[in-house]
Amino acid sequence: MQITINVNGTEHTADVEPRRLLVDAIRSDFGLRGTHIGCDTTSCGACTVLVDGVPMKSCTMFAVQADGASVTTVEGLKQGAELSNVQKGFAQEHGLQCGFCTPGMMLVSTALLEENPDPSEDDIRWAISGNICRCTGYVNIVKAVQWAAAQNGGEEG
Amino acid sequence: MQTQTHHKPCTSPEIGGVGHSLRRVEDARFLQGAGNYVDDVNLPGMLHMAILRSPVAHAKLVSIDSSAAMELDGVLAVVTGELMAQHNLAWMPTLSGDTQAVLATDKVRYQGQEVACVIATDRYIAEDALRLIDVDYEELEPITNPQRSLEADAPLIRTDKEDVTDNVSFTWEAGDKDATDAAFAKAAKVVSIETHYPRSHPSPLETCGIVADVHPATGKATIYMTSQAPHAHRTLFALVAGLPEQNIRIISPDIGGGFGNKVPIYPGYVVATAASLLIGLPVKWVESRTENLISTGFGRDYYMTGSLALDDNGRILGLRTDLLADQGAFYSDAQPTKFRAGLFHIVTGSYDFDAAHVTAKGAFTNKAPGGVAYRCSFRVTEASYLIERLIQNAANEIGMDPAEFRRMNFIQPEQFPYTSPTGFVYDSGDYETAMQMAMDMVGYDELRAEQAAAREEGRLMGIGMASFTEVVGAGPAHTYDIAGLKMFDSAELRVHPTGKAILKLGVKTQGQGHETTFAQIVAEELGIPATDIAVMHGDTDNTPYGLGTYASRSTPVGGGATAMVARKLRDKARKIAAHLLEASPEDLDWEPGKFSVKGSPDSSVSIQDIAFAAYTNHPEDEEAGLEGVHYYNPPNMTYPFGTYIVVVDLDPDTGVWTVRRMVAVDDCGVRINPMIVDGQIHGGLTEGFAKANMQWITFDEDGNCIGSNFMDYLVPTAWETPRFELGETVTPSPHHPIGAKGVGESATVGSPAAFVNAVIDALAHLGVTNIDMPVLPDRVWKAIHNA
Repeated sequence: MQITINVNGTEHTADVEPRRLLVDAIRSDFGLRGTHIGCDTTSCGACTVLVDGVPMKSCTMFAVQADGASVTTVEGLKQGAELSNVQKGFAQEHGLQCGFCTPGMMLVSTALLEENPDPSEDDIRWAISGNICRCTGYVNIVKAVQWAAAQNGGEEG
Repeated sequence: MQTQTHHKPCTSPEIGGVGHSLRRVEDARFLQGAGNYVDDVNLPGMLHMAILRSPVAHAKLVSIDSSAAMELDGVLAVVTGELMAQHNLAWMPTLSGDTQAVLATDKVRYQGQEVACVIATDRYIAEDALRLIDVDYEELEPITNPQRSLEADAPLIRTDKEDVTDNVSFTWEAGDKDATDAAFAKAAKVVSIETHYPRSHPSPLETCGIVADVHPATGKATIYMTSQAPHAHRTLFALVAGLPEQNIRIISPDIGGGFGNKVPIYPGYVVATAASLLIGLPVKWVESRTENLISTGFGRDYYMTGSLALDDNGRILGLRTDLLADQGAFYSDAQPTKFRAGLFHIVTGSYDFDAAHVTAKGAFTNKAPGGVAYRCSFRVTEASYLIERLIQNAANEIGMDPAEFRRMNFIQPEQFPYTSPTGFVYDSGDYETAMQMAMDMVGYDELRAEQAAAREEGRLMGIGMASFTEVVGAGPAHTYDIAGLKMFDSAELRVHPTGKAILKLGVKTQGQGHETTFAQIVAEELGIPATDIAVMHGDTDNTPYGLGTYASRSTPVGGGATAMVARKLRDKARKIAAHLLEASPEDLDWEPGKFSVKGSPDSSVSIQDIAFAAYTNHPEDEEAGLEGVHYYNPPNMTYPFGTYIVVVDLDPDTGVWTVRRMVAVDDCGVRINPMIVDGQIHGGLTEGFAKANMQWITFDEDGNCIGSNFMDYLVPTAWETPRFELGETVTPSPHHPIGAKGVGESATVGSPAAFVNAVIDALAHLGVTNIDMPVLPDRVWKAIHNA
């Protein structure tokens, strides 16, 4: 099937089997390798991307379901030449170790801050609870999101 | 060694040596989706492999019909054990001196065992082809626990071994039986525990994988692999496959977590490499999560009994432990050769007594093999858990506060170096200071008062403690080797003419931040800013030989090598500085970044100027250049320690316990990058909590693995994970070049007992003395109702 997906502002077309997973289209057909596969069962969130702004686990979504949609991956997080505040927050607060969960974590965090610019710690923990990190114990991921929220607030204020 | 509350940096923030919380240099690529993990490696013409695995736990392999699979468009080959046997590759050696089937030829011995591999142009096609392979199995009785395995009428699992008549994989002992018997003979009280440290799986978020690229014209094998030990793996590949070692290049690119899971060599690696060799094209295989959980190296699965002998006053006289290890179908534990139960004999822990005896036996079962040290230095986790659970129960039995009981029995600071009854020589420690700090942080006395009041009200709360001692940094070459390879490690340092440097390591990060912290060690020793130093690792063609990263050995061993090679270069830099300053080398003073003439500090030369001179104006009697390599053989292991305190509230109606507080005081010697050390502790505490609370792998009576995906194998999310409060003391290692001890595993080793002790503390007055991990609500509820 012929599909067209706007990924990070660029239109990509591909001829895919109906069963092809969105994550495989993103990684193999579109060549964007920042989206990772961790569990194949929607459990770990390493493959999280934003589909029309909503966090989706791309290992359990068919590419054809994203036909016509706008997808944001980790490669699309930068604001021009600069890292986004979420990206900066992860670096500042040591919110990543091996880096494998990081793209998914940053995408759900970005979506959270869009919806709730001033989240509590519980809000953050709940928002990232569909994403597994095996390295950090989540402590510094929470701090990273708080850091980004503070920066965003500062800019608006 | 003097214990301090923290280590003050000796270098400026601009240099960024030891003690500075530098932000990580590796983050830039990870934050932008530009990491390069094995699954990101794509080569021209690359083929994909999928593995057919046994659905049954124990069966004779009668026949394999792969003709239908071969007819599928896009399938190039179906590899079976028969084909591998033609190349003498159906079996491979394990890290513990056993052999393991690469692809089954005679029997399958566990569910998930590799039976056949499909090589195809696409992973989807390869998976389709698996379903077209017809395998005929003749099922045998599955053995799913080691107790059954050792019964006289149990079926023999290892029928591949000619001289084997039972299912025993190893027997081992340590310590002094006679002295321990004598200690128990004069004991006023003996306290015992029997517990199972259940099977768990490291399950790093990135599964294991390989891209094998054997060039058909040159024979050069370039192997991208999820490897914690690329050099050792190259040697093993050479020995197993008969390939010339200089023609093998192992590249371990970015690794998405390891925790021990990426230490062994797995059958998939061997078949993919063989397939690339035979077909002449690159072959990729990346595990699914289910493959990872059901077939690769698990952790733990030790049935443990332990007894403490006490005198009238509650002083420990001796310790006796007996272990039964569930080994799975092949003995493929990753551990030093001489130590069949790893370093379990560190079980005497933080306590001073004269006699201990450890006996251990391993049994084959129809389960996946590969008892790896899951975020632990070779069974130190099991040992720490057993002694800290015994300490809690002993204190309860004699009616003494567990903190007081520890205080009375701790090894004292003046006793270091301390020789343990099983032969370890602890380098340094101050256990009471760390424990007192944790007690002060948590408000121990107030909590005990609250607990007493709560019991009056019928409310259940518990305060659990663990004061662990680890042994890490294997290790001195006279004692420690893996598959014959001595456990030294290495560093090569090249300072370029402009004063920038590249450091090449034998160890390999999986997320620990080596590219930042190892640069800081060089910055400390040479005064070159850490940001001017690139760190390279994980590529056997371009780094010196080393045994790799596991068992918290990177900082103790690789870090030692890094400091020592930097010191070699500093010695040479002194001679060049003397030449430039027209002084004698002995008349120069060093401070980070420059040499100056004694008594005339204005007459100085920077390390950058010295580096330039090394290539442009070096002394005539010296070789040009400022480069060197050091192979560091540590004189001893290091012994990190700490005290963890957990406070839980427990609902007697449901058996659910929740963590109210978790205080962790760690002493890992000098901290190179405090931010990264804290991150390591956070992660370790989470894995400790996971094992105490939820995370285990079980099997049903047919040998089906329960826990083959992240819906059945529960790892904690941000929602379940407790909040942590960290404290530190610093007792440097006296023998390590920079006084560091290693920290990656302390929290996983020390914390499970603290969580379980807290639950037991909440229930002890009801008569509950033990609940095995994971301490699930139904187990708690039953313990309350059976008490």
